[in-house]
Amino acid sequence: MDKIPIQFTLNSQNKQMLVFPNDLLINLLRDELYLTGTKYGCGIGECGACTVFIDDEPILSCLTLAVSINGKEIITIEGLAKGNELHPMQIAFLKHAAVQCGFCTPGMILTAIALLRENPNPTEEEIKEYMRGNICRCTGYVQIVKAIKACAKEQNKQNQHDTIDSIVMLRRCQDD
Amino acid sequence: MQTNTKILAKKFGYLSPDTLQEALTLLDVHKKNHLKILAGGTDLLVKMKTTDLNVDYLMSIKNIKELDYLDTDKGLKIGAITTLSHIIKEKKVKTDYTALFEGIHSMAAPAIRNMGTIAGNLGNASPAADTIPPLMVLGAKVKLQSKQGERTVFVEDFTTGVGKTVMEPDELISEIIIPEISKTSSSAFLKKSRVKADLSKINCAVYLERRSNVCQDCRIAFGSVATTVIRARKTEELLKGKVINVDVIHQAAIEASQEIKPIDDIRSTADYRLAMAGIMLRDAIELAWSRAVKGKRSKKSG
Repeated sequence: MDKIPIQFTLNSQNKQMLVFPNDLLINLLRDELYLTGTKYGCGIGECGACTVFIDDEPILSCLTLAVSINGKEIITIEGLAKGNELHPMQIAFLKHAAVQCGFCTPGMILTAIALLRENPNPTEEEIKEYMRGNICRCTGYVQIVKAIKACAKEQNKQNQHDTIDSIVMLRRCQDD
Repeated sequence: MQTNTKILAKKFGYLSPDTLQEALTLLDVHKKNHLKILAGGTDLLVKMKTTDLNVDYLMSIKNIKELDYLDTDKGLKIGAITTLSHIIKEKKVKTDYTALFEGIHSMAAPAIRNMGTIAGNLGNASPAADTIPPLMVLGAKVKLQSKQGERTVFVEDFTTGVGKTVMEPDELISEIIIPEISKTSSSAFLKKSRVKADLSKINCAVYLERRSNVCQDCRIAFGSVATTVIRARKTEELLKGKVINVDVIHQAAIEASQEIKPIDDIRSTADYRLAMAGIMLRDAIELAWSRAVKGKRSKKSG
C-alpha cells in the first residue's frame, strides 16, 4: 500500500499531503494537521460530531477517505472565525449557553450554518428535523435550538438593514 | 470482534477513475479480484470498520462527472453518483414520485444525504433500504453497464438476498430509471424506526391509480420483513378494481399481515412487525388515495 499525493484547500489555505488509501479525513485533520476541533464520536455516521464542510456542504469526516478530498475545499470549525471575529453562529451558541461539555458543538455549529444557508428562516420543527443527525449527550437541545433561531433572526435583521441601507444609498445617489 | 471505528484498519488499493469508460475497464481488469465500488461510503465504510469485510480494491466513482445528473425530461433518470440531497431538492421528485421523496427524506441526516447516493443504497441491497420500496412500486429500473455492454433490470428483480444482487463482478450501476407516472396516480412511503434518523424496523410503499372511487392499479412493497424488500401481490390483487372504502382497506391490511413473514432481529420482533404492517399499509393507502384526489384537482384548476 503506497501513499498517494493529494492537494486540497483547508480553511482557505492550500495543502499538499501524502496519505494512505485507508486514511480517514478525520484522522488527517486531527492527527496530522492538529485541527482537533473536529471530534470523533461514533465513527459510524450516527452522531455528527465529525461534521466538516466539503465544497460548502456538511459531510462526515469519519466516513470520508482522505484520498477522496483531492481537489476539494475543506472548512472545519477552526476556519469559521475571521481573525478574532467569531462567526455569527458561534456567537449565538455562546450567547444562549448552547454549549455544555462542548464535544458536539463543532458539528452542531457547522450543520446549523448549512441549515440557515438552505432555509434562512426555519421553524422549530425544521431546525429539529435538520439537526437530527447531530447528537448531544448532555441533552442541551433546548439551548441549541434557541441559539439557531436567534442566529437566524439576527441574520435576517442584518439582511433587512443591508436592504434598507442599499435603498437609502440608492435614493441618495438618485438625489445627487 | 473488538472494533475500533476511529480508524479504517483494512488495507486496500484505491482506484479513482474520471470517466465511465475508465471505470468499466478497471472493473474488467479486476473482475477476479475482490473489488468494491465506493459511492458515498456511508454504508460500505461502516461495514469495513465493523465487520470482517475485506477488499483488495476500492474503486471510488465520485469523480465520474458524467454520472452526476438528474434528468426530469421523461420520467426520471438519476445518475449513479447523484447525491440523495440533490434528488430530494428536485421539485418533480416531491410532486410526482412522492414515495421516493419520503423514502429519501426519512433516511438519516443531511450530512449523510450529502454523501449517499441512490445507486449505493441499491447496491448495498439491505432489506431495510428506504429507497427500494418506493423504487419498486414506482416501477423503476436499474441500468447496469460493463465493458461487454449494458442491461436494465427492474429494481424488483435486482436484489436477491441480504447484501446480494444480480450484479456481475464487472458490472456497475450507471443509472436509475423511473417511468413517467399517470396523472391520476399517487404514492406514499411510511416507516417505523426507533428514532427518526434510524434504520427501519419496517417500511412500506404504496403506489395507486385512482379513477373516482375505484382503485385501477396498485403496487405495494414492504421492507425489513424478509431477506429482500418484497411486493405484497395478493394484497394488490385484492385492491385492484375495487371501490376503496374503510372495509376494503381493512381487508387489505389483514391480507398484508398474512402475506408477509417477518423475523425477530436486533431492530424489532416478528410480532411487532406483523402488528404494524396492517396499520402502516392502511395509513399509506389512505395517504396515497387522498393525494391522488388532490393531484387531480390541482391539475384541473391549474
